[in-house]
Amino acid sequence: MRLHPMPEFGSFALLLALALSVYTLVMGGVALWHSRGATAGADGAAGRLGETARRAGISSFIALSCAAFALVWASFTNDYSVSYILHHTNRALNTAYKFSALWSGQEGSLLLWAWLLSAYGFVLRMRHKVDVRLTAFASTILAGIQVFFLMLLNFAAPPFAIQPGPVATDGFGLNPLLQYPEMVIHPPMLYLGYVGFSVPFAFALGALMMRYPGEKWIHITRRWTMVTWLFLTCGIFLGAHWAYSVLGWGGYWGWDPVENASLMPWLTGTAFLHSVMMQEKRGMMKSWNVWLIFSTFLLTILGTLLTRSGIVSSVHAFASSNIGDWFYGFILIVFAVCLFTFFKQKDHLKSENRLESLVSRESSFLFNNLILLAACFTVLWGTLFPVLSEYVQGTKVTMGAPFYNRVNLPIGLFLLFLTGIGPLLAWRSTSLRSIRRNFILPSIAMGVALVVLLIVGVRPWEAGDDWQGTLFSLVTFTLAAGVITAITAEFLRGASVVRTQTGKSLPASTVLLVRRNTRRYGGYIVHFGIVVMFIGIAGGAFNQSHEQEMGFGDTLTLGQYRLVCQSFTQDSKPEFDTEYALLDVYRGQKKLLQLAPEKRIYFPNTDHAQPSTMVALHSTLASDLYVIYEGRDPDSDKPIIKAFLNPLMNWIWIGVLIVVAGTFLALVPNMTRAPVRLAVVEPRLVEAEAHHV
Amino acid sequence: MFSLRPRRWMQACVVCLLAVVMLGADPSARFNKVGHEMICTCGCGQILLECNHVGCPVSPVMIGELHTLMDAGGSNTSIMNWFAAKYGATVLAAPIRGGFDNVAWIAPLAVFLLATVGVGFLIRRWTLRSGRRVAASAVGPGVGGDAMRERIRRETEY
Repeated sequence: MRLHPMPEFGSFALLLALALSVYTLVMGGVALWHSRGATAGADGAAGRLGETARRAGISSFIALSCAAFALVWASFTNDYSVSYILHHTNRALNTAYKFSALWSGQEGSLLLWAWLLSAYGFVLRMRHKVDVRLTAFASTILAGIQVFFLMLLNFAAPPFAIQPGPVATDGFGLNPLLQYPEMVIHPPMLYLGYVGFSVPFAFALGALMMRYPGEKWIHITRRWTMVTWLFLTCGIFLGAHWAYSVLGWGGYWGWDPVENASLMPWLTGTAFLHSVMMQEKRGMMKSWNVWLIFSTFLLTILGTLLTRSGIVSSVHAFASSNIGDWFYGFILIVFAVCLFTFFKQKDHLKSENRLESLVSRESSFLFNNLILLAACFTVLWGTLFPVLSEYVQGTKVTMGAPFYNRVNLPIGLFLLFLTGIGPLLAWRSTSLRSIRRNFILPSIAMGVALVVLLIVGVRPWEAGDDWQGTLFSLVTFTLAAGVITAITAEFLRGASVVRTQTGKSLPASTVLLVRRNTRRYGGYIVHFGIVVMFIGIAGGAFNQSHEQEMGFGDTLTLGQYRLVCQSFTQDSKPEFDTEYALLDVYRGQKKLLQLAPEKRIYFPNTDHAQPSTMVALHSTLASDLYVIYEGRDPDSDKPIIKAFLNPLMNWIWIGVLIVVAGTFLALVPNMTRAPVRLAVVEPRLVEAEAHHV
Repeated sequence: MFSLRPRRWMQACVVCLLAVVMLGADPSARFNKVGHEMICTCGCGQILLECNHVGCPVSPVMIGELHTLMDAGGSNTSIMNWFAAKYGATVLAAPIRGGFDNVAWIAPLAVFLLATVGVGFLIRRWTLRSGRRVAASAVGPGVGGDAMRERIRRETEY
């Protein structure tokens, strides 16, 4: 009998983590039950029991860290006795990708999920003094979630399963599409986002269970939610950038079910981040917010179910397996617990205030939520419709980009519009005078932008069959001009008030303004980033592409670029066979650079040979020249080159960076307390306050 | 007769608009549009004109068929129906065959409209209630200055 010390250590660590999590769940629950009615942390026996549950929760993080370490160790030491390592690595794989093998398959990615959940739980339990009782509730709920994932890892998808038979000398290797630097960062980021929503979910459910007085739990979870949202945003766009750079089809978002699964919780999470402000500031929308965060968490689990159960087909999906039933059960249990708690504690969620005017910040948040949820429903509907169609009609249908683009583009434009006008509206009520004052500049900017765009040639009626795309771009660019002007005007208006108060210069006043209310101005910067992303997305309406055979000296012209083929060749390397062409790129008569689009065949001469496209990219702020080597024409033996000219692509990535910067800023605490007006004489002053505090 | 004039004008405008759009239609743009409405059936799940697999046995054949059908003068709908009949409904990148396929398009719109009406109704109900409450509090005792100021500060901080 062979000994496998590291896999056995990993399996033991997983089992120990499960035992510790069960203890945290059960004993934490018992302690909370015995201390019910207490507002602070429980004393006496219940308190001590609760403390042991907290420590067991902390220990489960250590046990799961050991399990994750064991799998990474097995990967680094080429331990092909472990089935997972055999199927996802090989000896030639470099160090970074050996590490990323941890999340390149089903079992490993579930282990990553459980480990991240325990890491979040570790931080939460270490910071329990923020609010001992609420943290105890959240810790117990997180333990419940962790028990589910650990049961999966121990019984349904064990990552340390031993490969029967003699140990192989080399592994099957990592999917070549995953051998790209972004794939080392993208999945952990995405998982940090997915898993992170468990924390605000646990706090919300816990606060509801214990009938937490006031809105302090929102303050406690605000940073958790924002950080989680940031991770999910980064994860989604790193994935989009990877798809653009690696898959070689010229696009970055294919509306694949796996992509949709990440977008849905992002949409509801964004809605939650907005509407929770209404609860924080005005004690409104409590039931709505609770359901938003419940839905966000459930969508993260549903997304995992969709991609791992094989109920929808996806190019990304992990192999179909039997873990779908586990997820169905878990979703049902979570939903039942949420529903039961909600109805039991419904009276605790009564609004303290009511909406006072249709034209107010509150109603703009309501519409913002409506739009985001409509987009989420569309994505969910599109993802599940093939299953429904098969059930009703007996035939599957495809829900591809044309469906999502047609339905979601108007929704997106409405969202862009709200991004502009929402911050211009005051809380409670906005007067006509204020509307005139705040909207005049953005309206002028939109008018000017529209005229300029029409003059430079963005005319839908001249675009033939592409008129819809051109119209979308025209509206987007026009709205973007208005929103950017509105955001700039908000900064300038606030800074001029600070300048009047302090006598500082305008730039110094702007910095002071931002430092006084980082959340508000960080939010504006996030909105600005979103607008920049919209501009980049709208540029897609003017994409051009051209495909042709290119022998030596042949020329391909696309937009302002001219590509001349200098040579084409093929080569064999240890890991792959390769074919590539060398293309000189000219603009006018000036040679800019040389591009080398390449096609690789990994594992050649085997039954699992896999082609991979190495895109050649020349990227500027105005456009991307994106060139791929499609293969050789069997008759002429010349390479077939496809070139895309994608305008404004970089704006999308720059927009994401701005969103990240804005979120970081919003996370920074205010350095100076926002000034409080000493007297409020009339409602009009309240409104003025809304714009300048 | 006189009452029909605006309608006639509208019809004329629609005809002119269609003429402008149709006359401006570029064959390559049409090919591009229809090619982006279909999926390569090799199993890659990519849009037909974006399939970039080395030696894909399916997409060159399908693209050739698309060229042939376009040259023969078929309409976009008839071409897509032809492909759906030959390759199955999954060849279409979006469900457009009518019948139950229409549900795919109607449901998001219906949910959006219902939700908008719901939000509108909610806002109206809240604003009416709030109006009554403000009227009632106007005749009641005055609110403490500090408490009011704190509430205003809290509510208007963002």
